[in-house]
Amino acid sequence: MRTLRSIFIVTVGLWLLVGLAYPLAMTGVSQIFFRHQANASPVTVNGQVVASQNIGQYFNKPGYFWGRPSATVPPDNPMASGPSNLGPTNPQLLTQIKRQIHRLKKADPGLKNSEIPISLVETSGSGLDPDITPKAAMIQIPRVARATGLSTTVLRQLVQSHIQPAGVFGVREVNVVLLNIALYQRLHR
Amino acid sequence: MSIQTIATWIVVIGVLVLLAKPLGTYVVRVFTHQPTILDRPLHAVEDKFFHFMGVSRESNMTALEYGVAFVLTNMGWALLAYAALRLQGILPFNPEHFKDLSPGLAFNTAMSFVTNTNWQAYGGGHTMSYFSQFAVLSYLQFVTPAAGGAAGIAFIRALSGRKLGNFFVQMTLFVTRLLLPLSIIVALLLVALGVPETLGAYLHVHTITGQSQLVPRGPIASFEAIEHLGQNGGGYTNANSANPLENPTALTNVIETIAMGLIPVAFFYAFGVMTGKRRLAWTLIGVAGTFYLVMLALIYFPEAAGNPIVNALGLHGTANMVGKELRFGLGGTAIFETSTMAFTTGSVASAHDSYLPLSSLAFFLGMFLNMVFGGKGVGLLNMLMFVILTIFLTGLMVGRTPEFMGKKLEAKEVSLTAVAFLIHPFLILAGTAIAVATPAGLAGLFNPGPHGLSEILYAFTSGAANNGSAFGGLNAALPFYEVAIGIVMVLGRYASVVAMLFVGQSLLAKRTVPESSGTLKVDTPVFGTILWGSIVILNALTFFPVMAIGPIAEQYLMLAHRLIG
Repeated sequence: MRTLRSIFIVTVGLWLLVGLAYPLAMTGVSQIFFRHQANASPVTVNGQVVASQNIGQYFNKPGYFWGRPSATVPPDNPMASGPSNLGPTNPQLLTQIKRQIHRLKKADPGLKNSEIPISLVETSGSGLDPDITPKAAMIQIPRVARATGLSTTVLRQLVQSHIQPAGVFGVREVNVVLLNIALYQRLHR
Repeated sequence: MSIQTIATWIVVIGVLVLLAKPLGTYVVRVFTHQPTILDRPLHAVEDKFFHFMGVSRESNMTALEYGVAFVLTNMGWALLAYAALRLQGILPFNPEHFKDLSPGLAFNTAMSFVTNTNWQAYGGGHTMSYFSQFAVLSYLQFVTPAAGGAAGIAFIRALSGRKLGNFFVQMTLFVTRLLLPLSIIVALLLVALGVPETLGAYLHVHTITGQSQLVPRGPIASFEAIEHLGQNGGGYTNANSANPLENPTALTNVIETIAMGLIPVAFFYAFGVMTGKRRLAWTLIGVAGTFYLVMLALIYFPEAAGNPIVNALGLHGTANMVGKELRFGLGGTAIFETSTMAFTTGSVASAHDSYLPLSSLAFFLGMFLNMVFGGKGVGLLNMLMFVILTIFLTGLMVGRTPEFMGKKLEAKEVSLTAVAFLIHPFLILAGTAIAVATPAGLAGLFNPGPHGLSEILYAFTSGAANNGSAFGGLNAALPFYEVAIGIVMVLGRYASVVAMLFVGQSLLAKRTVPESSGTLKVDTPVFGTILWGSIVILNALTFFPVMAIGPIAEQYLMLAHRLIG
């Protein structure tokens, strides 16, 4: 009986501390000191939220840079984050990759396999990967130039200015969502 | 290998090794009731709490009382968690109006989080209210590692000739002195680096291309912090730490990876301080550390070389990026996955189902051994289990009664240890055998061929090892798996812990025999090597057959460019 009483008290006491006070206090402190990040880093254009900075979006029009393929339905759906889970000897994996290569080549007939970064045709872990490699952005410039009428020089500068350095731990990468928003703003100003 | 990969590995491993001593010493001071830095704000409040509970800080329990308190407390949590999940619809903090969970899913989830497995048969972002996330799941991610950690502490105390201590006191201190302070630091770091922490509703996004997106939010950072510090691994969303919401940058990836390892590595050192055998502790850290490095290499190099079937297409680069995120780099991804398997966290920064067969061997290795530091105090128990078995085996070879910590290991201890050792493979192999022999088990398969066997094997191994990661293709939401994995998680968690507590108590009751020239020295590199070899042999004998028809068969098929349709 004494044990049951102890169990009850330890359960409730720790619940008040770490089940309630801790998350609420962390939320309070975060909302005061890191308001932007704590609210999922929204990006606004003309007062409208057009992106959550770290969350990928699905671009399939030729006038935008395309991100990595997403296994979610629909693509880049944050409510259903997840990978394809295809194993390395699953025929569907090869089919999917070939379909992505075909999609890129169809939009840009000059493109060779050896120019396509492997990460640009393989689905990400979350289905929400916002990043591509700098090369993956560069090879899309001719297509984007044709579709938007912007010169390749301007687009190359735009891509260059969006390359995030590798830093100490990471990789050189381009956030496609931010890149496309910059592109959009350039076309609509 | 890039400079960033090397930097990531050096920083993660360096921090864990450097903090082993100060943090391990701190752990010992907390659990032997010596003064520590947090006494001033906490000591008086804790004493009041203990008094209210009817226990005192320095009181003790027998192994039986301890085991009963441990199991009953866990059962209480399971019941409360089940009830809260079934009643989600009427509980507060539910801005997205998610409904009650079904009985099967609520059972599986309650068992999963109470056993500290954090296996998830659901997608958090579209199933769980904020209340369920923080007041049920995040709460359990504090108290269940604390309970496991307390059991680990009790065992170490027994080995060092002290009484076990009081379960409730140790569990409380584990939360107030270790998990909570560390969680506050990690949570704030994560928020600063871009992880959301809010009670506001999900974010509506209207993209520049005219689409709309609904981005899950919530108190994610506070959840992530304890998810990793407690080696829990239950993700806030379905994609877990692959999701940019949970793990937005290479730096957050490093922080989460370090957070997983802090307490398990420090525990090994604490064992050395408490028993006065620091050299033995470093020997054990060396043995576990070697396995860790083997796993890291086994994951990184095959993935960097890539899938020969895909590489035949002649694309730019070779690395297998299926199911991986770009921002962590391959090195960062590899050390996260190594850590999650070594420390039995079970969170993932990439999709394990899409790894190449050799890399998946490392995943299995981590879960089979379950002592590559392990998690929640239980990893150390498993390591000491192997130490006792190894001493017993070497004792057999020379025909001398084996001794450990100045106590004779006799029939009772060795039998209990053997039981603790055998439960693990029994749960894994029997569970897998039943699943592959029944239509209900096979119905969950996603990938065909040997990879499919690996999916099922992974599920039961993850459950038994209380890891919680998955080959995500397997449909774990089927009733067969909800129930079967639920049972395996429970047995995997409690049976071996309780058996080892009795080993501890039995040793404690024995007369100490003085060391003689005939005593096996356990704190030497020689013993470390024998231990390493024994662990490899015991596990290879147990698991090699199933590995041969799973990942190893798949490796040969892959090298022959054979697709299995």
